[in-house]
Amino acid sequence: MGRMMNRTVTGRNSMRFDRRSFVAGAAAGAAVLAAPAILRAQGSPLKVGVLLPRSGFEAGNGQECQRGIDIAPSILQSLGYPELSIMNGDTESSVDVARERAEKLISEGAQLLIGAFDSGQTTVIAQVAEQKGIPFVVNVAAASDITEQGYKFVFRSFPTAPMVLSDAFIIQKELFAITGITPKTVVYLHINDTFGTAMAKGIVAMMPKFDMPYTIVDEITYDPQARDLSVEVAKAKAANPDALIVTTRLNDSILMTRELIKQRWTPAAILSIGPGWVEDPYLKTLGKYSDGPMIFNPWADPNKKLTPILDAAIAKAYSGIGLNAYHVYSFEAMLTAADAFKRAGSADPKALAEAIRTTNITDNCSIGGGISFNAKGQNEKSRCGLFQNRGGKQVVLAPKAAANAKPEWPMTSYLSRG
Amino acid sequence: MSLDVYLNVAVAGVLTGLVYGLMALGLSVIFGVVRIVNFAHGEMMSIAMYIAVVLFSTLHLDPLIMLVPIAAVMFVFGYVLQAGLINPFITRPEHSQFLLVVALAIIIVNALLIIFGPDARTVQTSYAYDSFELGPIIIDASKLYAAAAAIVVTAALFGFFRFTLLGKAIRACADNYTGALVVGLNVKHLYALTFAIGAACVGAAGTMMTLITDVTPALGPGYTLLAFVIVITGGLGSMPGALVGGVLIGLTEAIAGVLFTPSAKSMFAFGILVLVLLFRPQGILGRRLT
Repeated sequence: MGRMMNRTVTGRNSMRFDRRSFVAGAAAGAAVLAAPAILRAQGSPLKVGVLLPRSGFEAGNGQECQRGIDIAPSILQSLGYPELSIMNGDTESSVDVARERAEKLISEGAQLLIGAFDSGQTTVIAQVAEQKGIPFVVNVAAASDITEQGYKFVFRSFPTAPMVLSDAFIIQKELFAITGITPKTVVYLHINDTFGTAMAKGIVAMMPKFDMPYTIVDEITYDPQARDLSVEVAKAKAANPDALIVTTRLNDSILMTRELIKQRWTPAAILSIGPGWVEDPYLKTLGKYSDGPMIFNPWADPNKKLTPILDAAIAKAYSGIGLNAYHVYSFEAMLTAADAFKRAGSADPKALAEAIRTTNITDNCSIGGGISFNAKGQNEKSRCGLFQNRGGKQVVLAPKAAANAKPEWPMTSYLSRG
Repeated sequence: MSLDVYLNVAVAGVLTGLVYGLMALGLSVIFGVVRIVNFAHGEMMSIAMYIAVVLFSTLHLDPLIMLVPIAAVMFVFGYVLQAGLINPFITRPEHSQFLLVVALAIIIVNALLIIFGPDARTVQTSYAYDSFELGPIIIDASKLYAAAAAIVVTAALFGFFRFTLLGKAIRACADNYTGALVVGLNVKHLYALTFAIGAACVGAAGTMMTLITDVTPALGPGYTLLAFVIVITGGLGSMPGALVGGVLIGLTEAIAGVLFTPSAKSMFAFGILVLVLLFRPQGILGRRLT
């Protein structure tokens, strides 16, 4: 104590030190007083309301998305992003419940929303978010209307139905050229939820533009909660098409495959626009019968450096579950939120929305050129790939940069698989 | 579209309808005697389906072999449920009974979700992908076995109610509650037995249903609704009516799916229900209440 007092009161250097200390201290104090909100915001985690169908008929897909959400905070923190606090809301696979849960999460303090896998549920959450002025980052939902409403607080990295279809048509032509097989007739079998209907409308609208070589001889729709697809498959079989185009989810793709086998019909090609046929449970449930379908879907780019990190995190947290598109896009929604929070330096909804609008993430993991948003809040850089199930795994057929196999067309008959 | 398609679809619809009929039979038996509307019926079937799936995945026991043991387990479950939980509500207002069984249904769905998770579970028997070819008709082997088992179980149930003393005592309770008490029947025990028999029916139906479709926790409410459509169409409280209703609904859905669009097939099933309510409110084989 005595030494300190001596140093502060004697000598010129000591006096200069004190003045500088005072100025520096005053400046630091002024900075703290001038920006209390920033410090407080970065000190406490961003409250992210996650809305997913974790029960009800879409629960399987909702839980997959949840896995992508749950592994995100620790990965993001290891990458230098600020902490995110997750507030979960179960939409129960219902549009009405989704709206109610969105309002509840906001009233409980959620500063940003993420969700909601299903286009119908996502649409109503977007309305609530816009009304309340809370940023909403869509993880998975393809209906294009969501980002066509002029919303200021709604952002989506996942490709829209027209984007998926556009990629699918372009890749299909490449596929026909590689195989030397061009189907003249197809049957389009699809689920009639918001996603399936959006895809169906898109196909009708976009096919002439892409001058596809085939005609759709029958369009067969079915309910998302269908327990039996024998009628649907019987109708498709009766049309005897050159290929079957499908838009399905997981359970219906399993039911459909079983019916194809039981009705002793192996289409020359099954071209799936959307998920279902590519998911882990499909491969595990059907074993050798899962081989053959070709799937146009957004997916992880194996060549991006975040992908193996995500893959390892999923494998560590959930034994026996492989990385899928739901994990990837749900994680990327969290990445978008964390990136915006870091740059905004604040949890203020308007500041967060502004920060999201200027997002430019190149180190992501999905196929495409990274994450940034246009004036409508849509990421136009997201792209689809083409995969084929073989031996219980997916091989990549397109885009060329990521391809590691050539397509097998026609499919091996189900009846000759032993 | 060729006649073959209609024939194939009609056969599939009838076979599925027979299993639906057995499921609805349990509901009809319970309502016919206990006068409780079991809104947890489909959820109870989900329990049986999960038991079948667990037994198959752990011990490789075929659902057709496990039909009787699973029905027995559900019998015990039903008895305990009625004796321990529902009997105190028998004399209470209908809305109390309604809330009780709806709460039970919600608990079952969420318990299954917690225990088994949301993913679809399946039974992959050696004959899961088999089918028989009869000329132009291809018959799904699993559906055929399930429908045959449904007919056998239903016949056994008819025999029980018609020819055994216990069956007659239960029918007596249904016909005249006070009379049954006066002659010294243990009505509460008989009610519990009836609920147990209904649960065993739904257990048998659920076990066979695993041959036809995958099971998820969310399946229950849909089957509860379907069971209601079937028993109201066939006649609430009528055992043959449940089977007839099941076949009618199965066939209607199948043919409507081919003639119109498969996504609208449930609409036609409900259309049949509306017609029955309009022109024969007691159901096709039901008795008009006086």
